[in-house]
Amino acid sequence: MKKERTLWNDGTKTVAASLLSILMGVVFGGVLLLVVALCLHMPLSSAWEGFRIVLAGVFNTGRNYDAGSALTFGINARLVGDMLFRATPLIMTGLSVALAYKTGLFNIGAPGQYLMGTAMAIIVALSLDTTVIPAFLVWLLAFLAAIAAGALWGCIPGAFKAYLNVNEVITSIMTNWIAANLVTLLFDGSQFINNVDFGKTGYTLKTSTNGVATAKMGLDFGGGNANAGFLIAIVFAVVTYVVINKTTFGYELRSCGSNKNAAKYAGMNEKRNIVLSMAIAGGLSAAGAALYFLQGDVEFYWHTSMTLPATGFNGIPVALLASCSPIGCVFSGMFMAYLTISGSQLSTFTAYNEYIANIIIAVIVYLSAFTLFFKGLMDARKKAPKGGDKAAAEPAGRGTKKP
Amino acid sequence: MTFLLQQTVIYTVPLILVALAGVFAERSGIINLALEGIMIIGAFVGAWFVRAMQEGGWNENAAQWLLILTLLITAAAGALFSLLLSFSAVKMKADQTIGGTALNLLAPALVLFMVNIVFQQNTLNLRYDAPSWFMLFQTDFGFERKAKLGLIGDLLLNKTYLTTYLGLLIYVVLAIILYKTRFGLRLRACGEHPQAADSVGINVYRMRYLGTSISGALAGMGGFIYTLTTSNGAANGDVAGFGFLALAVMIFGNWKPLNIAIVGFLFGLLKCVSASSGTLDINGDGVYLLAQIGVSTYVYNMLPYVITLVVLAFTSKKSRAPKAEGIPYDKGQR
Repeated sequence: MKKERTLWNDGTKTVAASLLSILMGVVFGGVLLLVVALCLHMPLSSAWEGFRIVLAGVFNTGRNYDAGSALTFGINARLVGDMLFRATPLIMTGLSVALAYKTGLFNIGAPGQYLMGTAMAIIVALSLDTTVIPAFLVWLLAFLAAIAAGALWGCIPGAFKAYLNVNEVITSIMTNWIAANLVTLLFDGSQFINNVDFGKTGYTLKTSTNGVATAKMGLDFGGGNANAGFLIAIVFAVVTYVVINKTTFGYELRSCGSNKNAAKYAGMNEKRNIVLSMAIAGGLSAAGAALYFLQGDVEFYWHTSMTLPATGFNGIPVALLASCSPIGCVFSGMFMAYLTISGSQLSTFTAYNEYIANIIIAVIVYLSAFTLFFKGLMDARKKAPKGGDKAAAEPAGRGTKKP
Repeated sequence: MTFLLQQTVIYTVPLILVALAGVFAERSGIINLALEGIMIIGAFVGAWFVRAMQEGGWNENAAQWLLILTLLITAAAGALFSLLLSFSAVKMKADQTIGGTALNLLAPALVLFMVNIVFQQNTLNLRYDAPSWFMLFQTDFGFERKAKLGLIGDLLLNKTYLTTYLGLLIYVVLAIILYKTRFGLRLRACGEHPQAADSVGINVYRMRYLGTSISGALAGMGGFIYTLTTSNGAANGDVAGFGFLALAVMIFGNWKPLNIAIVGFLFGLLKCVSASSGTLDINGDGVYLLAQIGVSTYVYNMLPYVITLVVLAFTSKKSRAPKAEGIPYDKGQR
């Protein structure tokens, strides 16, 4: 069939479905604020304020205490910088999930790969002597070591899937928790723990204590945390896009994703492709971790044996919202970071707390699983304009009558 | 020795209950990755209910009745929460892995949001200490305080929780239902070959809703039992990966209740060892054997997952995973 070249093509519909999930997620958050306000006898204006902060995100500039402490809005450069910085690892884990998804794999192992990347980046960045080796070289080595560790961690579920046909979701869950304990074990009692500052022993030293920090490259934003890492993430997104869509290797990966047997029949090494896909996905997650923790001023809570990093899991919503398009991941990653900023602003300025952002994200993930349904809804409306809701609920041509 | 066994049983009971929760969902054809999230919800609802009742003046002498009531409520909460998964998986035919992941993200966020806003703190604690209210001592069974009951007696009748016995009872009853009743057979058929099940008049959709709801009820209960017996009933939006450990138990146990019970005990032992390796005196002779071996607790924590991976590597060909799990059932498809 010839590809539709109208405005209302498949791509637009996908974007529309994602926007619909986002809209519903945000509305759910607003309703929740309202319900909580009603139940706890808080003034309704507080729910309205909360909702506006959720929407405003980085455009919130605080309160004007001279004018009845009303919320003020405008461009908050520092928050924009923070958003870009927080978006960096999210874009990378999003790319990781998206790339694996193209090969038909669900990379729920991103948190484990992210943790392995974190550990390697911090260990290398702190243990190499920057008086001997130039700091930027240490940065690069730490970055590469992290990618290697993540790739290795991604290989495990990949190999299980390729050679033993074990579901990658199960093995990823196992490797996640192995990573959580392994990383804690690595840092437990090591020289990388912050024993200098009082009460900070749960954290690792900042990499800047060894002079290792990501260059700013002009991304200053009024003292925000943004740095060149964001640009590197964009480069990764573009490269991933090119590799997946414009190279033979990418074509092979996608073929394995659509039909493993057909790919095999066409002479592709489907086992190697599955392992490679997971390895690259692992490397991307770990690169995200490195970009985050090599910023210089970030501390890593190493006592992580009981928890997995949310950034890893949030790669799933980032990829889903972008419909697994690498370029889309940049935008959905920024959106997720935007929501996170909204959350922290919410706990600073209102009685609500930052977890509302996580709730909205979770709702969006939940709804994004319905993308197919939403798209079907739009298709049905277009094909049968007079059919109304009934035609929308039941895809045409399928005998869904009750027996 | 008694202490070690007691602690192991305390970890084992919620572990196998939640693993059985996974079995019920998967045997009906729905992959329930949301076990962790459902446990978190169960733990939260349970903690809130017990706290409210304690503040409302529930008589401490009737604490065991409160426990039973709370178990029912947490089961209902878990079942209700799991409806989100079954709705997305059955009605919307959505990807079950994504649905489960969404619930795992939603549960801690929701719980922490509520706990923070209602109680202005990060952890919801019971009003009164869980052991002092709910723990059973040998005096509760009519024995003298100083009476020596031996290893078995001590294990069964001293410093236990009612939930341990109830949990085991529920486990056995549900395992029998799954294997020896018509309902169980039908449920399992829906996870193996839903088209065949449908052709003989079984409502696959309803079975999958039921399987997931039972799963949710068990996981909700398991979550509450876990926090009550191991962390004083405190709900903080986290069960430390226990739900995922239960998944590992289910897979290692090959989706079969008896195997799961054995594996659950083994993993419970490891969990117990990791939790108390530094202070554990196995024989009561003042020798801290595990502390002397000096293996880090994180190694014990890691072992269950490593073992499961190794087992998966060797038994992947013989895996008895339900054949139709994870595939949305579409009546129109042949």
